[in-house]
Amino acid sequence: MKKVFSIIVTLALVSVLLGGSIYGAAQKRYAIIFKNTGNPYGEKIMEGFKNSITEQGGQAILNAPDQPTVEAQIQMVEELIAQRVDAIAISGNDPDALQPVLTKAMKQGIKILSYDSAVNPQSRMVHVNQADSERIGRIEIQAIAQMIGGSGQIAVLSATSQATNQNTWIAYMKDELKKPQYKNIQLVKVTYGDDLRDKSVSETEALLKTYPDLKGIIAPTTVAIAAAGKVLTDKGLKGKVHLTGLGLPSEMADYIESGVCEWMYLWNPIDVGYLTGYTANALVNKKITGKAGQSFKAGKLGVKKIVQVGKGTEIMLGDPFKFDKTNIAAWKKVY
Amino acid sequence: MDQKTIISHKEFNFKGFFFQWEWMLVLIFIVVNIINMMLSPYYLSGSGLLDATNTFLDKAFIVLPMAYILILGDIDISVGSTVALSAVVMAVAYNMGVPMGLAMVICLAVGTLCGFLNGLMIVKFKELSAVIVTLATMIIYRGIAYIILEDRAAGQFPGWYTYLGWGDIKGIPFILVVFAVCALIFGLLLHKTTFGRRVFAMGNNITASRFSGIQVDRIKVIIFTLAGLMSGVTALFLTSRMGSTRPNVALGYELDVIAMAVLGGISTAGGKGRMIGAIIAVFLIGFLRYGLGLVNVPAQVLLVIVGLLLIFAVMIPNLKLNIGKAKKV
Repeated sequence: MKKVFSIIVTLALVSVLLGGSIYGAAQKRYAIIFKNTGNPYGEKIMEGFKNSITEQGGQAILNAPDQPTVEAQIQMVEELIAQRVDAIAISGNDPDALQPVLTKAMKQGIKILSYDSAVNPQSRMVHVNQADSERIGRIEIQAIAQMIGGSGQIAVLSATSQATNQNTWIAYMKDELKKPQYKNIQLVKVTYGDDLRDKSVSETEALLKTYPDLKGIIAPTTVAIAAAGKVLTDKGLKGKVHLTGLGLPSEMADYIESGVCEWMYLWNPIDVGYLTGYTANALVNKKITGKAGQSFKAGKLGVKKIVQVGKGTEIMLGDPFKFDKTNIAAWKKVY
Repeated sequence: MDQKTIISHKEFNFKGFFFQWEWMLVLIFIVVNIINMMLSPYYLSGSGLLDATNTFLDKAFIVLPMAYILILGDIDISVGSTVALSAVVMAVAYNMGVPMGLAMVICLAVGTLCGFLNGLMIVKFKELSAVIVTLATMIIYRGIAYIILEDRAAGQFPGWYTYLGWGDIKGIPFILVVFAVCALIFGLLLHKTTFGRRVFAMGNNITASRFSGIQVDRIKVIIFTLAGLMSGVTALFLTSRMGSTRPNVALGYELDVIAMAVLGGISTAGGKGRMIGAIIAVFLIGFLRYGLGLVNVPAQVLLVIVGLLLIFAVMIPNLKLNIGKAKKV
């Protein structure tokens, strides 16, 4: 008993010594919450966020739950409110379920913005959008149509069913498919890998079993496209089932070089984080309030303007970028 | 041999009283709180701690009946799925035009029914252990939730419904008040009634209990049904906090709940444990997570720390037992 007690006391003392030095400076603190841990895309965003906050002399707090659930995100926001951070940027696992806790945060003067996957307009001041959602959705269909030669069955392998960004893109994909030139293309299934590697792999395998005539897969999330690339490579389906979507160059380089995925798109996630950091800072320093028409200087990205999209306001990063055999070698070293 | 006796009236033993697991828990609880206070200046500030109870007390309702189930020597791993199914049925019912009050009753009824079915199958098919039965229903209940809602979310509950998960009575969270009442009822039922003593008796020796005229099957069904009912209560508070529900809510709750009960000194072998221990453990894990969250400990590290605490908890009584044995020899 005594021994146990002395161990506990020692642990307590050690942690105090380690913890004590962290506090003191009255820096502004900016928190960012991603969907879940173990997602390279999210880690790149957080890296960019951290760079931009450090550049501006603030302190960045990087956070993500171990599972892509909104319950865990609610708890994290609560913890950040208790720490009285100055701003919270979040990529929501559900557009509406975060509203109570984010409204509570805003009432206490914390600036709230979303990035990547938007929360509903009532729960945020502004959303940082990686690229025009309509462009992303339509370009994916144009790509897959070209790859499969304009006819056949296609499927979408997405993230979670509640991910706002993917759902918006999928809606535009479906809209693009209504055009007459795609009348021979049939979208047979939208399935969800929850941005988990194992689930994305098994969902891909299920797609291939259920639809033996499947000709193309669109995976608008980095975890899913890498999982699908692996399955198609392992099963030797290169050229039979085509793959495109949104992927990280460093993860997808092998598949692009081998031709399993002829080309794909993405924006620079580091820039998404960077822009999010500058937006958070502009909100905290009252340069902007999140109203449409306002603008501010976002470091090396230049002047950015807030625009009205639907009921909320957004800041756009830019157009999606195309990665293929010609440029992948250079980009895979970057991110 | 390890002698198990059921003592109805114990003489007060000073040394025995202070060397109980519950005191160890209180000690750890105090240490955790001291560490938290030292780690973060925000730990004690304002309504932070009380607000934090909002985030972990939802699953604590299931810890109460789970203590009974573990004392019986059984286990129920379907509770998380029961939460999901009750929440989904409630949301769908409400969206189909059922008044919210009635939808809440439906939520509790679905939970109760799920628990009742578990209990019924466990006593009817004696060759199947509770783990197998509840493993099956864990998959089935969540499966049904997915069939009902597929990958969609349902909700848009009325404004007053958020009070359950966010409201407070003079600064004390509503959920804390409800939990205190439930904990008191479950604690008294376990330690102060014949029903409770019978539960302990069954956990120690089910055959002897049966021959002593205890209606063991009936008691088992009642307890598993209670677990279902409390899962329904959890579903109410959880959906109120989120304002919507999906089929994948409350994933892994069963493990959190069992971890809390085991840390509370409830023996998974059955026959041993006290409600107060489980209740301390709920707050211990809750505050530990909150405190570490305040200093932004990464989620994976948090999991490891809670896991270590659990191993520690299971190890200590065994160590004590072994030391005790060694002394006797």
